[in-house]
Amino acid sequence: MNAVIETKKLTKTFHMGDVAVHALRGIDLVVEKGEFLAIMGASGSGKSTLMNLLGCLDEPTSGEYYLDGKSVAGMSKNEYADIRNQKIGFVFQGFNLLARTSALENVELPLFYDRTRRIRNPKAAALEALERVGLGTRVKHHPNTLSGGEQQRVAIARALVNQPAIILADEPTGNLDTRTSIDVLSVFQELNDQGITVILVTHERDLAQYAKRIIEMRDGHVLRDARVGNRRIASVDLAEFHDDGAYELE
Amino acid sequence: MLQIRNLFKAALKSLLKNSTRSLLTSLGIIIGVSAVIVMVAIGEGAQTVIEEGINSLGTNLIIVFPGVSQSGGVSRGAGSFNRFTFDDVEKIKKEATLLRGISPVVRAGGQIIGGSGNWFTSVYGVSPEYFEIRNWEIDKGAFFTERDDRSSKKVALLGATVAKQLFPDEDPTGQQIRIRNTPFTVIGVLKAKGQSGMGADQDDVILAPSTTVLYRLRGGRWVDMLNASAASAATNKRAQEELRSILREAHRLNEGDDDDFTIRDQEEIAETASETSRVMTLLLGSIAAVSLIVGGIGIMNIMLVSVTERTREIGIRLSVGARSSDVLVQFLTEAIVLSLFGGLVGIILSVGISYGLNRFTDLHAIINPHIIWISFLFSGAVGVFFGFYPARKAAALNPIDALRYE
Repeated sequence: MNAVIETKKLTKTFHMGDVAVHALRGIDLVVEKGEFLAIMGASGSGKSTLMNLLGCLDEPTSGEYYLDGKSVAGMSKNEYADIRNQKIGFVFQGFNLLARTSALENVELPLFYDRTRRIRNPKAAALEALERVGLGTRVKHHPNTLSGGEQQRVAIARALVNQPAIILADEPTGNLDTRTSIDVLSVFQELNDQGITVILVTHERDLAQYAKRIIEMRDGHVLRDARVGNRRIASVDLAEFHDDGAYELE
Repeated sequence: MLQIRNLFKAALKSLLKNSTRSLLTSLGIIIGVSAVIVMVAIGEGAQTVIEEGINSLGTNLIIVFPGVSQSGGVSRGAGSFNRFTFDDVEKIKKEATLLRGISPVVRAGGQIIGGSGNWFTSVYGVSPEYFEIRNWEIDKGAFFTERDDRSSKKVALLGATVAKQLFPDEDPTGQQIRIRNTPFTVIGVLKAKGQSGMGADQDDVILAPSTTVLYRLRGGRWVDMLNASAASAATNKRAQEELRSILREAHRLNEGDDDDFTIRDQEEIAETASETSRVMTLLLGSIAAVSLIVGGIGIMNIMLVSVTERTREIGIRLSVGARSSDVLVQFLTEAIVLSLFGGLVGIILSVGISYGLNRFTDLHAIINPHIIWISFLFSGAVGVFFGFYPARKAAALNPIDALRYE
């Protein structure tokens, strides 16, 4: 077995004044290398909290978390930052690109903070990442001159550039129309086919069908954990949209 | 640590995104730095003018004033008030080895009548050596000579101010004037010296042979003071010592008796005068420094706004792996770049202003090279000091909250 992520009894409790909110109540999760996992659940189910813990943006209250075989618990803030830098690529709902900064520079950003300097030529690596998401011709464009789908592709390229162990995507299609959503998912599927582990947080059941495995959360527990039976292929669905001609707004 | 070059490049880039705001922010530093430099330059200019005035008094000048004779702390009273005589001068001339010149000064004031009107001024009776001691140069005519002094010739040299008052339109040389009803022949006009360090008009004076003034104008046998000049600046103090022992011998003072005269040199006079202007410079500089601090507060203010505005950007940077120290350094660098830019422009501006002042006004501004790099470093320090608080605020942000910030 080749687990990229393994959590044991992971809990997270927030304190709002005197009230303790148990966002996560003991999550046991194993994600293998090369998986495409969708985390589903209504708001308040704890999926965002889990996402933050997996992404090393936040520390668990208790439990164990092994990322790429290494225990993450009890690390310093700087070590957390370095893990985010080298092991994880984030894709957010709101794209979260730096404004008035070219696509290329946005993608280079993680390499700027990479203290290992394992990537010799940041610019070349960034160009390659943009190429991989199909934006090789728009590297000089600023985010405000790119469509929503293109912006999200830039964000995916940024998540890729550091050769992370996993890509964490938090509602990556929340701001996009259906066609563009499927378009973005086709990028994720393509990357997953190339062996990259992807975790997708979404509340849309339709979109979760593009993953290989779905876990459903409720009240801080994993409610269901199942393989996707009839997996959808984004590139196929996309072709239908083109035939339709109805979804050309981006 | 991230590369410094990259840090500055990143800081520059994000400052240029808001170039108008950045420029306005550094304006505070620009004004502060140039104010400090210009104020100090004006102060130093004033000091130089004063020092030039002091130097025009004479070269390695030593002045001996008479004083009350005392013996073991017991004053011998008014009767013992000691002045100098020509004999003292002769003795010094004979015995002193470290002096270039010595001259008695006999002061007489009075109404001068001659030429087109009359004028009240001081008349100094001096020996020819006085001209060299006090750096007097002749404008028209000639100095009087040793022989004129010995024979009490009634000749006079007019200071530029006196010459202008009495003979506004003609050459005074060879003209007759009357000093307190005694007729004198004007044999020359002195070159103007301007104001002394203390602001007195040095040209409002008449010089005449010492014996003439003493015997024909004043009467008695007392010389008011002695002016001497040391052979060189290095031997100045030793020359004063020598002068002191000769005078003590001449005045027959016993060992243990206090001097019945006071010796002062030019340096002491200069110090008193430049002390005033130094205080002025300090005061002007301090007031200007306040504006530099106000400029620093401007930077802090804008950086605080910028941190709030860019909360999301900070969240993005943190999420892709920036450490909080990276964020701190980033914002600190921006503040430093702002203030150093302000400092640089301020320095250039102040050089321009000083040039303008020297060229178009009576003010004299001298920029000390030290003040340039001091103010450059100081503006950098302002950036660090006032940039630190906003930068720390940025670095303390939590990535989740920062990413969610709208």
